[in-house]
Amino acid sequence: MSIASQDSAVKNNRTTMVLIYVTLLVFALFYLVPLFVMIANSLKPLSEITGGNMMALPKEWTIEPWLKAWSTAQIGVEPTGLRPYFINSIIMVVPAVIISSIIGALNGYVLTKWRFKGDTIIFGLMLFSCFIPFQIVLIPMAMVLGKLGLSGSVSGLILVHVVYGIGFSTLYYRNYYAAFPTELVRAAMIDGAGFFQIFWRIMLPVSGPITVVCVIWQFTNIWNDFLFGVSFGGQDQPMTAALNNLVQSSTGVKEYNVHFAGAILAALPTLLVYIVAGRYFVRGLMAGSVKG
Amino acid sequence: MGFLEINNVTKSYGAVKVLHDIDINVDEGEFLVLVGPSGCGKSTLLNIIAGLENLTSGEIAINDQTVNHVHPSNRNIAMVFQSYALYPNMTVAQNITFGLEMHNVPKSEREAALNDVAKLLQIEPLLNRKPGQLSGGQRQRVAMGRALVRNPDVFLFDEPLSNLDAKLRVDMRTEIKKLHQKLKKTIVYVTHDQIEAMTLSSRIAVMYNGYVQQLGTPSEVYNTPANVFVAKFIGSPAMNVIPATITIKAKHAFACFEDGSGKAIDLQLSQPASSFNNGQSVLLGIRPEAISDLGNEDRNVNISKPFETMVMVTEPSGADTFVTLNLAGHDVVSRLRGDVALPSGTLASFTVNMDKVVLFDPETENRLDI
Ligand SMILES: Nc1ncnc2c1ncn2[C@@H]1O[C@H](COP(=O)(O)OP(=O)(O)O)[C@@H](O)[C@H]1O
Ligand SMILES: [Mg+2]
Repeated sequence: MSIASQDSAVKNNRTTMVLIYVTLLVFALFYLVPLFVMIANSLKPLSEITGGNMMALPKEWTIEPWLKAWSTAQIGVEPTGLRPYFINSIIMVVPAVIISSIIGALNGYVLTKWRFKGDTIIFGLMLFSCFIPFQIVLIPMAMVLGKLGLSGSVSGLILVHVVYGIGFSTLYYRNYYAAFPTELVRAAMIDGAGFFQIFWRIMLPVSGPITVVCVIWQFTNIWNDFLFGVSFGGQDQPMTAALNNLVQSSTGVKEYNVHFAGAILAALPTLLVYIVAGRYFVRGLMAGSVKG
Repeated sequence: MGFLEINNVTKSYGAVKVLHDIDINVDEGEFLVLVGPSGCGKSTLLNIIAGLENLTSGEIAINDQTVNHVHPSNRNIAMVFQSYALYPNMTVAQNITFGLEMHNVPKSEREAALNDVAKLLQIEPLLNRKPGQLSGGQRQRVAMGRALVRNPDVFLFDEPLSNLDAKLRVDMRTEIKKLHQKLKKTIVYVTHDQIEAMTLSSRIAVMYNGYVQQLGTPSEVYNTPANVFVAKFIGSPAMNVIPATITIKAKHAFACFEDGSGKAIDLQLSQPASSFNNGQSVLLGIRPEAISDLGNEDRNVNISKPFETMVMVTEPSGADTFVTLNLAGHDVVSRLRGDVALPSGTLASFTVNMDKVVLFDPETENRLDI
């Protein structure tokens, strides 16, 4: 009796599982189709696209569109390809992510472990900055950058992204450190560790999971930003602005294969960050749960 | 002049006063236990001694030096926390030597100190493990090691055993006592467990509501509790405290109970009749072990006249049997020998060791000092 009912329970379970997997598969395909179209068409000569089926695999495989997008395509007036802009973006995003994460971690540390009068108000104000739309700050930001002599430079963009990023990075680290036992900080104080020693030796070593979250968030946001890039980039435009120039150019024929390749190039770093850091993120969570 | 002086320390959080004029002098080598129910201010006082919290007024002095404005790391104290507070990213060895490293002690000395402490606490095989790979008892040892290695003037313990299971707690208690006897260091130890307080301390400060209710040796606190709170807090089962009226008959004072049924019980007090007024109300405090079943009392003490009453509940616990009896309408717990045969619901006769009885003022609840 009990065995029979158990049997049917298992069977039910299996049907559910099959259903779930089929549904997931359908959705996965649905989301992967655009990527497939992009990759497939970026590897075809232009003639195959204009004269044929977008959904088909290339008849003649070529990496010519990729090379062109990377190094010779017309961006604005110069035939430089996306390469210099890609480098601009890297030069912008790496320091911006590092600086905003470090400041966020320090803020979180102070707001939870070195509490002072009015700390919650300050945190509230910082949270508020997460909800200010980019457009509102364009003009004041331009004025500040002008005063600092950073208009139209990568350094200016770094500053803008750091300032905008601090709200979120502080939120992440504050909430993470709020759950971190204060007794550890007190023990370290009695042991003679100073403000930065406690941060460096005690807090940071256990901040892996939240650092990954923060870095993924900041990297994607800063890399994908377009508005600040075109507004404040000047000559040193980031990748997003360059891609726009490439795709929107009104002269000549539309080279869809080159556009696809360029778009994938622009998305590649964020994809990479998700794939590499995402795994560490899961690993960090697992380590915490196993320790219990 | 004490080695560690807590002089008129008060602490307020905003308008809420959590410590009121705490005044305790601790001698060198003394084991002071701060005991009291949760929320009474024990940890706050300990943190003030450590320098982790600021005091609102008063003074902390260690070794004749005011340390009110001295950073915790320079007070030459070490602290063991309830959660052990081991650094999760460091090995046991790194945990123990972190404080020495922060004080710029050379590596060779650090290693020598580590080996001494590891040997003393028998944690040598654990030195390369992370705290996450240790059992509760092992973590406790490591936390002690971290405190010992600094060779401080004063050890501060904040409920160090309350995260351990019952058996381990008793074992570690004995070890802490042994360690204190061996090292003869000054210790301030916080606990809410009165048995820990009694067994470990050379003196106990019983705290309640931010006040020190009584400061004294374990036997003082147990035998002459300052007030009803201390009487009921220290000792398990708690002291029986029941209202009574004093009657003076033939130059002797009696504590009289009426249970409404007209059957009065009179217990002749050891205290002289001249200390009382006829008809005075008191609270009578009787320890469970001061009550005996008839025929089994201690011969060398002042024993009351036997009284017959109903046995309400009998709880054998091995060595002792706790018998709840009805004394003039009040439930009174007695601690009798293990093999006593007094089934509940029967009538039996009991006596009280009157030398152990304490009297309290029913208004102030303070002990009547007579
Ligand atoms: N940071 C704080 N702000 C306000 N009240 C506090 C704070 N820390 C402790 N208290 C209060 O002080 C009292 C004593 O706390 P504590 O010393 O931790 O008690 P114990 O260790 O005896 O359980 C409690 O009533 C607690 O609510
Ligand atoms: Mg406490």
